[in-house]
This record gives sequence, structure tokens and C-alpha cells, in this order.
Amino acid sequence: MHGTFGETADAETAIIPEMKHHSYSRVVLGRFMRQPVAMTAAGILLVIILAAIFANYVAPADPFQTRVARRLAEIGTPDRWLGGDELGRDLLSRLIYGGRISLSMAVLPVAVGLFVGGLLGILAGYAGGRTNMAIMRAMDVFYAFPSILLAVAIAGALGPGLMNAVLALSMVFIPPIARMAESVTTQVRSYEFVIAARLSGASTARIMREHVLSNVAGPILVFASSQVSVSIIAASGLSFLGLGVAPPNPDWGLMLSALRQSIYVNPWVAALPGAMIFICSVCFNLVSDGVRRAMEVRR
Amino acid sequence: MLLYVVRRILYAVPIGIGVTFIVFSLVHIAPGDPISALLPNEATQEMVDEARREFGLDRPFLVQYAIWLGNAAVGNLGTSIGSGRPVATEVMSAVGNTFILATSAGLVACILGFLLGIVAGLWRDRPVDHIVNLITISGVSVPHYWLAIMLVIVFAVDLNWLPPLGIGPDRSGGWRPDWAHISHLILPTIATAAIPMAVIARTLRASVVDVLDQDFITTLRAKGLRRQSVLWHVIRNALPTALAVMGLQLGNMLGGSVLVETVFAWPGTGFLLASAIFQRDLPLLQGTMLVLSMFFVFLNLVVDLVQSATDPRIRRT
Repeated sequence: MHGTFGETADAETAIIPEMKHHSYSRVVLGRFMRQPVAMTAAGILLVIILAAIFANYVAPADPFQTRVARRLAEIGTPDRWLGGDELGRDLLSRLIYGGRISLSMAVLPVAVGLFVGGLLGILAGYAGGRTNMAIMRAMDVFYAFPSILLAVAIAGALGPGLMNAVLALSMVFIPPIARMAESVTTQVRSYEFVIAARLSGASTARIMREHVLSNVAGPILVFASSQVSVSIIAASGLSFLGLGVAPPNPDWGLMLSALRQSIYVNPWVAALPGAMIFICSVCFNLVSDGVRRAMEVRR
Repeated sequence: MLLYVVRRILYAVPIGIGVTFIVFSLVHIAPGDPISALLPNEATQEMVDEARREFGLDRPFLVQYAIWLGNAAVGNLGTSIGSGRPVATEVMSAVGNTFILATSAGLVACILGFLLGIVAGLWRDRPVDHIVNLITISGVSVPHYWLAIMLVIVFAVDLNWLPPLGIGPDRSGGWRPDWAHISHLILPTIATAAIPMAVIARTLRASVVDVLDQDFITTLRAKGLRRQSVLWHVIRNALPTALAVMGLQLGNMLGGSVLVETVFAWPGTGFLLASAIFQRDLPLLQGTMLVLSMFFVFLNLVVDLVQSATDPRIRRT
């Protein structure tokens, strides 16, 4: 990452004066938009997220309204387009509303992991020495658990609930993000321009802000974004085990768990909440792959 | 090499101790007193105090930890609140069942992941690479518990080819490699293997592509080495990375087993952990976690040692 793309662009403008200055983020965005697969995935995610946010306008029915006659209704039933659940509630509406809890449960832990893990990792990488040892060895201990197992155990000990699940999942994402942040910071710290800044008397805070952060933020963000698809599988897994929100709240993992009893009656309706988790996870993966590819400096 | 082995083993000791500390602390982050689950609601304060003394809960935290660790070291993991049997017995009987599933899923994941990764890497950007990419993207993204349910829907409910749950025809008998038991193993194996298989394939593809770009491969080709011999060099160089990922994925399968074992009612450690959570059986939760995480620490150690044996460059760092 030595010399961000922006600096290269500066060099080019110096040689060819008429060339327009493009900022690094604009270049990355441009490259991202030229990838049809990643753009499609981003579009699908955007639709799901917007539908979840504006669920009260988009959803065709009340997600809590039960109706005995529509219990496990087939897909394509007039007022139950995607079928009815085990209590006859409209599955389409519940899937739309479900995005609110399921997606928050997936994104929040990664955000906490990004903040705490990023901070710890940058601190460890920049300080080096004993601070690095202390922080990274502590992270190694959490690393020594299989990730989903750690989340299940913490959430299991804390008891069910949205906040407990988010807390448990955050503990899973802090160590890998800290490790990533530590390794890029250690690398950036040894670059000549950072050493030059230190020699010229810049304060630690200033070096951090202007030289380190701007160079480590990209790789750390990309890595964190790649964790969202892991997070959505793990978060819905906790809900599936009953460690997330309580019924009758709509949540994809919880719905999948409840409809699992009905696979002999109407298997395809039972499969739908899981399909939503799968679609989101695939799309997050494709988007994150696309961003990573757009940020790669081509050889 | 010997120095590296000794250093690596010594390094595993503090990690192992840290892990036991976290596992022990799990019970203390749990809301409420572990005693409250044991005593009736109308228990008097004296009864509570009595029970706390009996279980050593009135001692300082670190003293409790030391006592617990000492007991665990000699195989005493306490008594399960749910069944009243020793936790060690419960965990040990479940470990075998998880081991069967993990071995079979591990074999499938490693063999398929290895083949797919090599094929995709060798024929980079060709149709076969795109097909493998489609499979592995789906593989890393699939919620394995949903895949498990889908497999049950298709192969057990619709086609009626394979049993939907359980480990075998009878609950009491031990596991034997006959069709009755293997048929129960197939669906859980696929569900458990999906994610590790895809991760292994993706990593291997990347490292094959990496190796193919290196100058020595061009040299080998230029000096007229046959394709098979070049392929051997590629695999030999991609192997250390592949081994590391395989080991890590094998360990992660233990974690993922919580969900798959729940769907298939597979009587392994994951299933045990889930039931410990629902009965708020904290000693059982602690014991299961301790055994699983210690195994994971050990597995990481083995992976590092094997990796350093196959790639001398690692020892220097």
C-alpha cells in the first residue's frame, strides 16, 4: 500500500497537465461499477435493506397477524404470496420485516469488531514492543476457539436476547480484525515516509492521523466487509438455536427454526427464511470480493 | 527444527491456560447465581449460603479457578445439573460421535476442496474455473444449518432415500461401518463439509495461481519438464498453505457442528452443548467447551508443526 493510488494520480497529472485529477475513492468506485456481478449483488442487497427499512410501507400484510385458515399456505396463495407460516402469518411480510433484526444482528457485531479490533490492532502495530505482545497474545487466546463455538458458548452463558447475541458475536470478530489491523500497521510503520515524518518532528497523533490511518483504513475495511457474510450465517445460527430475539419477532434464523417442524407439510415454505440468509450471505461475499478487486493495484 | 518445535509447544501452554480461563469465566458472565438453578425458589438465605459454601462459590474468583483447573487436570469436570452424571462421562461419550462426523466431513472437505482448488488454479479464467468459483462462492456463503434442512427436504422427505435424523437404527449400540449407520452419516457429512470444502478450494486455487506465476515454474517449463512433473512442483509449493487452512477448517467444523448436530439430532458434542444451554446446565457447558477448545488448541499446534515440516521458510520467522 506504499503510496496510495491518489499519489500516483498526482504524479500523472504533473506529467500530463490536461488529465483530470481523480481521487482514490472515485477510482475504486469506478472500478467497482465495472464489475457486473458485484454490482448486481450490491443491487440485490440494496433492495433487501431498503425493503427492511421501509417495511411498514412495502410489506403487504401485518407480520404479526395470524390466520388459522392460512396456516402453511402454499406459495402463490392470493393474500399469502410466499405462503403462510406455522400460525398463518404472511411469510413475505415476515421476511421483509425480518431483515431489520437479521441484518442488524449481522452488521452490528462486525461494526463493533471493526471499531474495537481496529483500535487494538492499530495500537499494537504502532506501539510495537510490549504493548503489541500484551494485546496480540490476548487476541491469540480468543483465536484459539472455533468461531461459531465461541459465539454459541458466550450467548449460551449470557442467555437469549438480541444484545447478548450481538455481544457474543462481537467477541468473535474483534480478534481477526485486530490481527489484520496489527499486521498492516506494523508494515506501514516501517515505511520511509512514516520514519521521515517522525524525524521531521511530527507528533504521534499527527502521524497516526495523516500517515497511518489513511494507509491502513482501506485493507482493514475490506477485511471487515468480508466478515459480514460470516456474521450473517453465525448470527442467524444463534437465532436458529433460540439465542437471538424471542418469538413472535420476525427474524430469519428464528423463522427457519420454527418452520423446520413443518418440512413434511410444506417444505418449500419452510426453506424460504434460510434462502434469504443464503442470498444475503452470497451478496455480501460478492460485494466484498468486488471491493477488494477494485482496490487492488494492478500489476 | 527441534528448537522451533520446542518453542511452538511452549507457546501453546500460555494459550491453553488463557483458554481455560475464558471457559471458566463463562459461568461467571452468566446472569444470576449458578446456585439458583439448583435450589427451589423458596430457599432461605441460609440454604443459599450453605450451598454456596458447598460448591466453593464463596471463595475468591481466582481461587475457584485454580481449584476448577486442578480438578479438570485430573479429569474431574464436575457434575451435570441436568443428568446428575459426571460431566466428563457425558462429554467423552459425545466426543466419539462428533469424531465420526468430523472425520468423514473432514475427508470429504479436504479431498474435494483440494481437487477443485487445483483444477481451478491450473485452468485459471477458463470455464471450469468459473464453475468451481460458482460452487465455492455458494459454499462459503451457505448457512450450513439451512443446507442441512434442504438436504433433509430433498433426500429424506421428497425422495425418501436417506434417514432424516439420528446416528443409526438403534440408540444403544455402538457405531459400526455398515449401511444402516453410513446412510445416517451421509447428509450430516455434506452439511458439515460444505463450508470447509469451499474455503479449502478457494485458498488452494489462490496459492496455485500464485505458484504458477513464479519464475521457477517458467524455468521448469523452459527446460522441458513434463506437465506432470511441473504439476508436482506446483502442488508441493501450494501444500503448506493448503495444510494450514485444512487444519483450521477441521477445527472450525467442531464449532459448526453445534448447528448441524442440532438439525440431525446427532448425539455429539455440539448437540450436548446445545442441550446444556437450554437446560442452563453450566457445568456441562463449561466441560464441553473445555474439551472442544483444548482439542482446537492441540490441532492448531499440530497444524503449525506439520506446516513447518513441509515449508522450512516458516521456521525462520
